Amino acid sequence: MAICLKVPQATPVAVFKLTADFREDSSPNKVNLGVGAYRTDDNQPWVLPVVKKVERMIVEDQSLNHEYLPILGLPEFRSSASKIALGDDSLAILENRVGGVQCLGGTGALKIGAEFLRRWYYGYNNTATPVYVSAPTWENHNGVFADAGFQDIRPYKYWNAEKRSLDLAGFLGDLESAPEHSIFVMHACAHNPTGIDPTPEEWKQIAEVMKRRNLFPFFDSAYQGFASGSLEKDAWAVRYFVSQGFELFCAQSFSKNFGLYNERVGNLTIVAKDNENLTRVLSQMEKIVRTIWSNPPSQGARVVALTLNSPELFAEWQENVKTMADRVLLMRAQLKAKLQALGTPGTWDHITQQIGMFSFTGLTPHQVEYLSKEKHIYLMASGRINMCGLTTKNIDYVAESIHEAVSTVQ
Amino acid sequence: MGDLNSNYSFVSLSCVALCLEHQREDGHALVPPLIWKIKQQISTDPTLHADFAPALGLPEFTRRATELALGRECRAVVENRVLGIQTVGCTGAVRLGAQLLRCWYNRSTGWRGPVYIPSPFYAVFQAAGLPDVRQYRCWEAGQWAASEGHVLEDLRAAPEQAVVVLCATAYCPVATDLSQKHWKHLAHVLERRKLFPFFLMLGQGLCLGDPEQDAWPLRHCVSLGLELFCAQSFSHSFGLYGERVGHLLLVLKQNTLLLALQSQAESAVRSLWSRPATLGARVVATVLSNPANLAEWREGVRSAAERCVLIRERLREKLRLLGAPGSWDHLTQQGGLYCCTGLNTCTCCRGGRLNVTAINSCNMDYVAESIHLALTSPL
Repeated sequence: MAICLKVPQATPVAVFKLTADFREDSSPNKVNLGVGAYRTDDNQPWVLPVVKKVERMIVEDQSLNHEYLPILGLPEFRSSASKIALGDDSLAILENRVGGVQCLGGTGALKIGAEFLRRWYYGYNNTATPVYVSAPTWENHNGVFADAGFQDIRPYKYWNAEKRSLDLAGFLGDLESAPEHSIFVMHACAHNPTGIDPTPEEWKQIAEVMKRRNLFPFFDSAYQGFASGSLEKDAWAVRYFVSQGFELFCAQSFSKNFGLYNERVGNLTIVAKDNENLTRVLSQMEKIVRTIWSNPPSQGARVVALTLNSPELFAEWQENVKTMADRVLLMRAQLKAKLQALGTPGTWDHITQQIGMFSFTGLTPHQVEYLSKEKHIYLMASGRINMCGLTTKNIDYVAESIHEAVSTVQ
Repeated sequence: MGDLNSNYSFVSLSCVALCLEHQREDGHALVPPLIWKIKQQISTDPTLHADFAPALGLPEFTRRATELALGRECRAVVENRVLGIQTVGCTGAVRLGAQLLRCWYNRSTGWRGPVYIPSPFYAVFQAAGLPDVRQYRCWEAGQWAASEGHVLEDLRAAPEQAVVVLCATAYCPVATDLSQKHWKHLAHVLERRKLFPFFLMLGQGLCLGDPEQDAWPLRHCVSLGLELFCAQSFSHSFGLYGERVGHLLLVLKQNTLLLALQSQAESAVRSLWSRPATLGARVVATVLSNPANLAEWREGVRSAAERCVLIRERLREKLRLLGAPGSWDHLTQQGGLYCCTGLNTCTCCRGGRLNVTAINSCNMDYVAESIHLALTSPL
């Protein structure tokens, strides 16, 4: 008796496959614009100097308790992570109705939030409750919510391909027509993959409809600080919703803004109606965590907690984050300038209008294929590029290649 | 509970800290010197970057973890029928294994159980979508000893193709010890009844003082050609608790299915935690891949296991001298990190289960006196 007589090959995760193809390519000119991690101008991963410093502090600290963390995670991490999202002066925090669950990265936070909502959100069984994700969105949103048991996952209009901008009317229209109490997964900033965020005025309109129609905001915040260089600016949307009295979840990832991809640091911030509700929610979260990873890994959470809770380290961290954000902004400006200088057909303003790690270039699948096969430049079939894959050394080659692709291929 | 020792007003006997000789005054575990040294090396290594680990974990870690469990010359490994996956602790390994079973085990029949399990991981199986979880008896309640008879009886009565969770090392929650002879009988029943073994291996090396000996039940089943899963924890044997280092071993009958299963596992991991955390896995890989480190580690687990035996003997002797009611032979007959005392209510040990390693020369008298008091005070 074999375990799995008919195990089919799963569809490969697109971004993993892209990385694998890139690795196998022996061309000296190859460029990887696919992976979602920061790279320096030398195309190397970057351990933030403040992180290196704090990691050494942790190793040398004999007073640390090396046993299991509590189920919901390191307390000083949870509180400082939620504070970063909601602000030092957050009324909701003062009113003691904000809690955090330390999770395995942003994915883990989405997972725990999804598992909770499926069980407890509105009544006892929410498998039929619609979950809306943006069109397009990070492809794992679908997987996480489906795996948590939600059977009705729908797209909401977001990206206007023709205008390469936000389809606000479409978004608002989908909000108006969504069944009451639907769950909306929204990107707090630096939308992945498009890089287009609503403006504050647009967020206000979105919030107004959501309030009126009793829709639940589930924010995905993976790039706070990394997008604009300002923690406050990147958290504006989440904080606005809280100020409007919403109950909401916010899945935070510290992979990008701390460069701690490998240690899986995430936090699910919960804003509840009152402290009593919060306590009950957290108790159910504990039960869910116990059946997945029991208690979270300590290393990354310690690094983040120590950094956020020390004024000097916090300042140093903000500078490190700004270094990364500034490099991305520079690459955006340079890519747009070079494409315009080359006279590449089409408009390229969206490259600098978009924000964060990713840009939706507007390149067609055929053009993307041309780039990978002929020019050894790897990007997602959707046309998404990771700006961090660009460096001062390869940007000319990439710009020229894009020019070639757009000019010769439909 | 009796007079409070001036240094210890509370002794946590449920906590799972592997104390060894390295215990702080507050009772918490120090990091074993070898582990601390390796962590220091890692924190100052300029070649190590912080990029995502592969979804199924660091390859060097999974290779070494597989080798530790199955040995160097395992036929199943040579035949490419083994998949190793780094997980978030043992719980993560059980959760992932349970999900893979729900999706791919006897898929054509829509199998949803039963799962036979003597340990507290039943909630994990249920959360993974396998609600039919059943207990099987594994010990003689009156004698607090492993009962081969009960185990075999219950498993012979289990429906074919049931999953059976088995503790390879005497650990959790019941410190049962089955001899090799018993394990051979058990394996025979597993084969005959077409049952699917899901091993739990926590604290490998800490039960018999020898990782190979502790892995014997698992290796025996693999040598018979059985298909099985094994969830490994590295918390206790490496003093890596907060780091959450776990490993799921999948041993298949046919290597033709390996790649497909690997792709499905990647897909499952993507929705659970996406990628595992690396620090703990790096430490374990560094220990297991370096001969000097490996030798030091083996010596560490050997002496920890020896210390457990000594503590059990001393505790039994103290209880005998105090005149604590009942027979305490089971303390030395059981093995591993935990022992079941037979106490029915005890504020410091859930279900009467004691963590042997939490007892040391400073608190031994207090613990023995407290047990004696618990048994002799009117309730």
